[in-house]
Amino acid sequence: MTDLSMPQTQTRTQSATGKIALRWLLYVLLGLFALYYLMPLFVMLTTSLKSLEEIRTGSLISLPREVSFDAWKTAWSGACTGIQCEGLRPYFWNSVLIAVPAVFLSTLIGALNGYVVAQWRFKGANIIFSLMLFGCFIPFQVVLLPMARLLGMMGIAGTIPGLIFVHVIYGLGFTTLFFRNYYVTIPSELTKAARVDGAGFLRIFWSIFMPLSLPIIVVTVIWQFTQIWNDFLFGVSFSQAGTQPVTVALNNIVNSTTGVKEYNVDMAAAIIAGLPTLLVYVVAGKYFIRGLTAGSVKG
Amino acid sequence: MAPILDINKLYKNYGATEILKDINISIEPGDFLVLVGPSGCGKSTLLNCIAGLEEITDGTLAIGGKDMTHVSPKDRDIAMVFQSYALYPTMSVAKNITFGMKVRGVDQATQEAKLNDVASLLQIEPLLNRRPSQLSGGQRQRVAMGRALVRDPKLFLFDEPLSNLDAKLRVEMRTEIKKLHQTLDASIVYVTHDQIEAMTLATKIVVLKGGIVQQIGSPAEIYNNPANLFVADFMGSPAMNLIPAQVTKHGSGTQIVISREAGETLVLNDARDLALPEDVILGLRPEDIAEAGFRAGDGVQEAACMVDMVEPAGADTYVVSELGGKQVTARLHAETSAQAGKMLNLAFDMSKVSYFAKETGERLN
Repeated sequence: MTDLSMPQTQTRTQSATGKIALRWLLYVLLGLFALYYLMPLFVMLTTSLKSLEEIRTGSLISLPREVSFDAWKTAWSGACTGIQCEGLRPYFWNSVLIAVPAVFLSTLIGALNGYVVAQWRFKGANIIFSLMLFGCFIPFQVVLLPMARLLGMMGIAGTIPGLIFVHVIYGLGFTTLFFRNYYVTIPSELTKAARVDGAGFLRIFWSIFMPLSLPIIVVTVIWQFTQIWNDFLFGVSFSQAGTQPVTVALNNIVNSTTGVKEYNVDMAAAIIAGLPTLLVYVVAGKYFIRGLTAGSVKG
Repeated sequence: MAPILDINKLYKNYGATEILKDINISIEPGDFLVLVGPSGCGKSTLLNCIAGLEEITDGTLAIGGKDMTHVSPKDRDIAMVFQSYALYPTMSVAKNITFGMKVRGVDQATQEAKLNDVASLLQIEPLLNRRPSQLSGGQRQRVAMGRALVRDPKLFLFDEPLSNLDAKLRVEMRTEIKKLHQTLDASIVYVTHDQIEAMTLATKIVVLKGGIVQQIGSPAEIYNNPANLFVADFMGSPAMNLIPAQVTKHGSGTQIVISREAGETLVLNDARDLALPEDVILGLRPEDIAEAGFRAGDGVQEAACMVDMVEPAGADTYVVSELGGKQVTARLHAETSAQAGKMLNLAFDMSKVSYFAKETGERLN
């Protein structure tokens, strides 16, 4: 018996060391990948804190000898976009004015759409839902011209409400999909019970479905905010001087240098433009994963 | 008094598929109507039609003497208990129960009073501030019933309310529902696929199959005089023995001949003068076949049968014997001396026999 058990324990310790080694290999690999992905951010941050002189003489990945926030100040309020030199600030607020109402409206309408398609089955509900899904896959370049015509006819071309309108329309495909898939997992008996209790269409939506929806609202808000804030195509196509979003302004700053290229200002401006989406992920990221994986609601 | 529920020539189609065909049901106040049938027979659809959650294709439906055919659920003066309980997950138990009153604009004081009445009736006072997710299955069931009771409706609708509970709890809640029905004198329509639930609860049973009513009657009528082979087979456990037999006239009575694989044919006499075709299916409940000497009466006849199997079940012992090519079950007392592979004298109570037509399955007597 002892003879038999000896080799067994030996293999067990061997496999234990093997496991630890494998674990370490995994961590080292993951660490390398993380470094690789963080590299651009590192370069952006350090470059934005260097002076132009230092950028010209130093190496790309060296730390700044002297930390200076001048580039950030310029990017925010002094850099030139074409002929104006007001920095990113006005355009940043344009983006906020576009993104906040557009996110709110597209989420709300998406929730209502999803609620109808999932819980109030009517003839042709599936066809309508499929058509809305189809909207998710249309390349936006295709709709630029017709949308420009429509905005012109509505008299909101080149305005912030016009951009909000465009973003709400093209957000609906995804927001409807998110809410529909979430509400489909809620038993239809809940709606039936509320109907017998006397609640109507909107009452059931507000009193029963909305309180259940926090996880999927978070998912939708993150998704929509990222899409709308980072949008460049609609921003550049449907805006005019004074209503451009931050992404368009960033492009203009980078492309309209006179003489020396101010890499530090470009980097600072890029970080500023990307900051809000980063912030949203940091604040609500854990709900994002939870909401995406959340399925059935247990009574 | 006007019937509390009156369904007249109701049809329900989904596209080209007929789900319910020519349903005619009427119940009096205080009745406990059970809709029973195998899954897919349309019983839940019928309940949804009564609730107004499904539009009916044709026919009329009246509740409390008023036509409700096209009235929305909230105006039908009904309350419904669902299979999954359908409690509102984000509301407390108290809010769940008062939601309907809140929607209808009942004032706060009345809401409180009614909530307290129902909570004490169902003994759920300690649960009022909990969320549904913090309750056990039986507690959720009670809350769902509380939500219905607080409405004090003309008609209660129950959609398989016990099928999500474990066996023991199901029996407890069954008794409680029966007690509630008796104390409140409520009118109830109850859907189940469980024929024991149907027998124990109902004052009136509707047996459905394929969207067609097979039989309507009191539990005793359904059990003793099933209208066709389907009802005979569906109601009762163990199921009614259905034995192919030949009929010949014998004086003023009827002679029944049942073939057996081993041994001579079994000949039984029914004293009743019945007009029967030559080939019939004879239906006899297991409890109407006893051990010889333990059953007396006019119709009782004894015959020796080969015992194929003995199944003790505690209170009774079931004995299986082959008759007419079918496994026939007899329900004997627990201390029977029956042994597998031996002959045993069995007493057949011929006064309880049902006859069914071989082709149509319809009842003949």
